[in-house]
Amino acid sequence: MPAAQPAPLTLVPPAADAAPRTIVDVRNLTLTYQAADHPVYALSDVSLSISKGDFISLIGPSGCGKTTLMRVVADLEQPTSGEVTVNGMTPEQARLKRAYGYVFQAPALYPWRTVERNVMLPLEIMGLPRADRQQRAREQLDLVGLSGFERKFPWQLSGGMQQRVSIARALAFNPDLLLMDEPFGALDEITRDHLNLQLTRLWLGTRKTCIFVTHSIAEAVFLSTRIVVMSPRPGRILDVIDCDRDLPRERTLDIRESPEFQRIAHRVREGLMEGHSYDD
Amino acid sequence: MSRSTMPRPIMAPWPLVMLAAPLLPFAAQDGAALYLPQLPVALALFALTVATILARRLPGSALGEALLLLAGVAAAYAAPLLLLNQGNALAQAGGLWIYVAGATLLLWRVLALLAGIAGPVRLAGPALFGLALVMLWEILTRGFQVPTILLPPPSLVATAFAANAADLWDDFRQTVLISVLRGYLIGCGAGFLVAILADRVPFLARGLLPLGNLASAVPVVGIAPIMVMWFGFDWQSKAAVIVVMTVFPMLINTLAGLQSADRIQLDLMRSYGAGYWRTLAMLRLPCALPFLFNGLKINSTLALIGAIVAEFFGTPVVGMGFRISTQVARMNLDVVWATIAVAALTGSLLYGALALAERHVTAWHPSFRKR
Ligand SMILES: Nc1ncnc2c1ncn2[C@@H]1O[C@H](COP(=O)(O)OP(=O)(O)O)[C@@H](O)[C@H]1O
Ligand SMILES: [Mg+2]
Repeated sequence: MPAAQPAPLTLVPPAADAAPRTIVDVRNLTLTYQAADHPVYALSDVSLSISKGDFISLIGPSGCGKTTLMRVVADLEQPTSGEVTVNGMTPEQARLKRAYGYVFQAPALYPWRTVERNVMLPLEIMGLPRADRQQRAREQLDLVGLSGFERKFPWQLSGGMQQRVSIARALAFNPDLLLMDEPFGALDEITRDHLNLQLTRLWLGTRKTCIFVTHSIAEAVFLSTRIVVMSPRPGRILDVIDCDRDLPRERTLDIRESPEFQRIAHRVREGLMEGHSYDD
Repeated sequence: MSRSTMPRPIMAPWPLVMLAAPLLPFAAQDGAALYLPQLPVALALFALTVATILARRLPGSALGEALLLLAGVAAAYAAPLLLLNQGNALAQAGGLWIYVAGATLLLWRVLALLAGIAGPVRLAGPALFGLALVMLWEILTRGFQVPTILLPPPSLVATAFAANAADLWDDFRQTVLISVLRGYLIGCGAGFLVAILADRVPFLARGLLPLGNLASAVPVVGIAPIMVMWFGFDWQSKAAVIVVMTVFPMLINTLAGLQSADRIQLDLMRSYGAGYWRTLAMLRLPCALPFLFNGLKINSTLALIGAIVAEFFGTPVVGMGFRISTQVARMNLDVVWATIAVAALTGSLLYGALALAERHVTAWHPSFRKR
């Protein structure tokens, strides 16, 4: 694995080869939870292919299976039927090779570890030497704007800072695939805008493949190359919207006022409403 | 009293009941009641206490007021002891007892003031409270001439302590340093290891937990004679009793602690491809630490009780339980109380040391953390 991260703002040119490499491939995925009294059809016949460097947002009402889909990709949940490959491997092989970094809905920091040692956790598990671990942790904390907080404990930080620590932790071992489950869901709008900007810069700088779950249409349009609109009971994909054609890759917050942005947002909203009408 | 002082809560009026004390006798000699003016020593002490109450706003700080009032309390507690030494009888001395009661209420104020002060002074509060209890014990048992068989005054216990120091040390070594320490370490260690095993092998947990409830319901007095028959008179039988008493509290606490990690924290470890042992060491055991300390603290008291009770059922001629059972039979209650004091002190110190260690090791836990 490469030891150094590219600097956050260097632009990596789009891959020269015509057919971009598929990183995540989901085919006819169905997952049914066996709840106490009745089965829950969390995902039904979901197919999705994600290429290297994509930024995919999953959007949809609560309970439509966004988290479940991510957890299947991460090998934290077993599908009932269907095929999933990650980097051409089974999710389990990919997990054991540490192919992805997962940012959970809650920061899930360990309270007995300092901020820095939380970021060092995956590196410790991978057996990196101490000096390397520390250097990488500092780099990642710097990247998410948390230099100077290395020796603090998680509970001494605000919610937004804690979530940034958990992003730094997911980035620390430089995985090519980032899975983020509503990482900014619990934050106020200002902090959220700020982190969106940081995240899009980070993505541009590193060209990681990202799968991002959100409830916010604006957030989805702002960040994504493609938006996957889902609907519940059973969870399935309603629409996949391409944002890359109409919006530039390098985005600033004021792009949200542009007509292209509004048009895509409108289409996402339509899709979500269509999903809702199925319920009633 | 024009000095500007820090705002302090005003004193509740209850200590002022002592102003009624001079109306009643302070002592009796040869059947004749004596009043305050006839007892110069008592008069001087009483005046001192009243003076400290009147002057309480003079010191500039809460600590100053606390120290001043403390002097008043000390004077009140000294009064009955001095009167007793002059050959007075105090059982009918209503005035004196009102004075002592008022001073005890004054002590309440002192403790409240100390509790409000930041820093190590706070620790003085509990110590003073304990000291006051011992003082009252001394004053009341001697003042009302409680038979020493029922309850000897602390001074008598202290004398017995000094006179029997060598024996008490031998008992302490046999009971605490040998039986308790070994039994405790074996019991807690076994409980911990079995918990790890039961965590790996779930059916073991299902089988062991009901057994644990059963074992903790068995009374010590029931198993102690059996263990003495099995393992002989020496420390082995005591350690066996302790193991039976401590292994299940430790097992149950450890199991609960291992279950206490969040699902999301476990998922995180899984996402790193961490295996069972690594997850145990890096996540589940740290999460379990508060539970482990809980088990260790409960067991520290159980172990002491177990060893002492077990010694009633056979022991080499040394040990705290042995001492208590033989000295009760000989009516040497002062030695019994001295032994009880050693046991109580040992238990408190053990518990305190564990609590300190817990504070240090789990400083991150919500019950200890400071921003
Ligand atoms: N472990 C589980 N057991 C049973 N039902 C579950 C479980 N996890 C999620 N579900 C159900 O599956 C559905 C999809 O859940 P989830 O993927 O968390 O949705 P989302 O993240 O889109 O809100 C919901 O109806 C939820 O109640
Ligand atoms: Mg979710």
